[in-house]
Amino acid sequence: MAKDGAAKLSKNLLRMKFMQRGLDAELKKQLDEEEKRIISDEHWFLDLPELKAKENYIIEERSYAPCEDLVFGRMSFRGFNPEVEKLMLLMNTHKEEEDDEEEDNVSRMETDITDEEMARRYESLVESMRKKFAKKRDRSAITKNKEDVNCDAVDNRPKKAFLKPQLIFV
Amino acid sequence: MDPVHACFKEKIGEVLLPGDVFSFRLPESGDGSVKTDKIICGPGLRRNGEEVQVCKSGILRHKPPNMYWIDSQQRRYVPAKGESVIGIVTAKSGDIFKVDVGGSEQASLSYLAFEGATKRNRPNVQVGDLVYGQFTIANKDMEPELVCIDSCGRANGMGVFGADGLLFKLSLGLVRRLLAPQSEIVKDLEKIFPFELVVGMNGRVWVKSKTVQQTLIMTNVLETCENMTSQQRQTLFKRVAEGSL
Repeated sequence: MAKDGAAKLSKNLLRMKFMQRGLDAELKKQLDEEEKRIISDEHWFLDLPELKAKENYIIEERSYAPCEDLVFGRMSFRGFNPEVEKLMLLMNTHKEEEDDEEEDNVSRMETDITDEEMARRYESLVESMRKKFAKKRDRSAITKNKEDVNCDAVDNRPKKAFLKPQLIFV
Repeated sequence: MDPVHACFKEKIGEVLLPGDVFSFRLPESGDGSVKTDKIICGPGLRRNGEEVQVCKSGILRHKPPNMYWIDSQQRRYVPAKGESVIGIVTAKSGDIFKVDVGGSEQASLSYLAFEGATKRNRPNVQVGDLVYGQFTIANKDMEPELVCIDSCGRANGMGVFGADGLLFKLSLGLVRRLLAPQSEIVKDLEKIFPFELVVGMNGRVWVKSKTVQQTLIMTNVLETCENMTSQQRQTLFKRVAEGSL
């Protein structure tokens, strides 16, 4: 390795950490500032005045559907397809609800299942809950009584209570 | 707000041609902010800086409070976001279906965009099926995308339909008249015989009825009633109803 008088090391080499350990704090600061200047000079920027975005009060709408309040596209008439007819009611009342939100339609709520079905469901639910919490002896009684809708058969057996053991003298 | 609406008001119901301009200068308040209500320009109107230009010929319509559009006639459909259309599946490639909607490009429909579809549970869609779906993306720079569910994940009547029935094409103006809220054509059609109808905003209509003959009658009636007055239409429908019974 040729030894020059003042070792001509490159700038990049001098910037490496192991070369800077011997430096003072001041020298380090100077080097940092120089680096920052170089970096900020390299950044490009637009030399234009600041433009403010204007608030747009004209909105463009490309579809006809909201303009003319078009209804749902699937339709069925005179009971040809009952599912589609249910769907028509659902989708079109959705639209009407959006339109008049001020009118309170408290009289009838939209239901998914009919009232009869709800009543039937509830009946079987009550039955099954009762069976679940009934004692084993009563469970068979319940199933027997279930078939008897009019409650004609009256259960006349005496309820089995605890009999104290007694001595019987012969 | 007033100068803006006044500009439009005098032209409502009149025939306008492309190139007509509505320009209005709004009074600016002290701090430079303009306080006006928003105006919604529907199809046929276009914003050009601070002006509104007409780009289709037709009649100017208004819907309170602030919606204006041009009511025009055309047969060629241009996809627009949010519209429900009938498409024909033309190809299955990987994860998406290619659907023909009558526009300049085929729309793509992902197989996950059906109700209850997961990666394991693929929907049963074959090439040649009819689908009723909505556009989520539809602009002139990108390929349009369809979906068959709404934002909650429910189908709401969209998806594959129609085992039988007949698909045919109508003009876009007639399709919009069929889909209008209290459409007279639909009310008159109801009286003929029971049938099922799916109307896509791309001009495609699918009809199904009890017999093939009835389906064909419905098709012919719909195709011919476009240029009739309501009187002529009602007499035609009456004749058809009597003839078929």
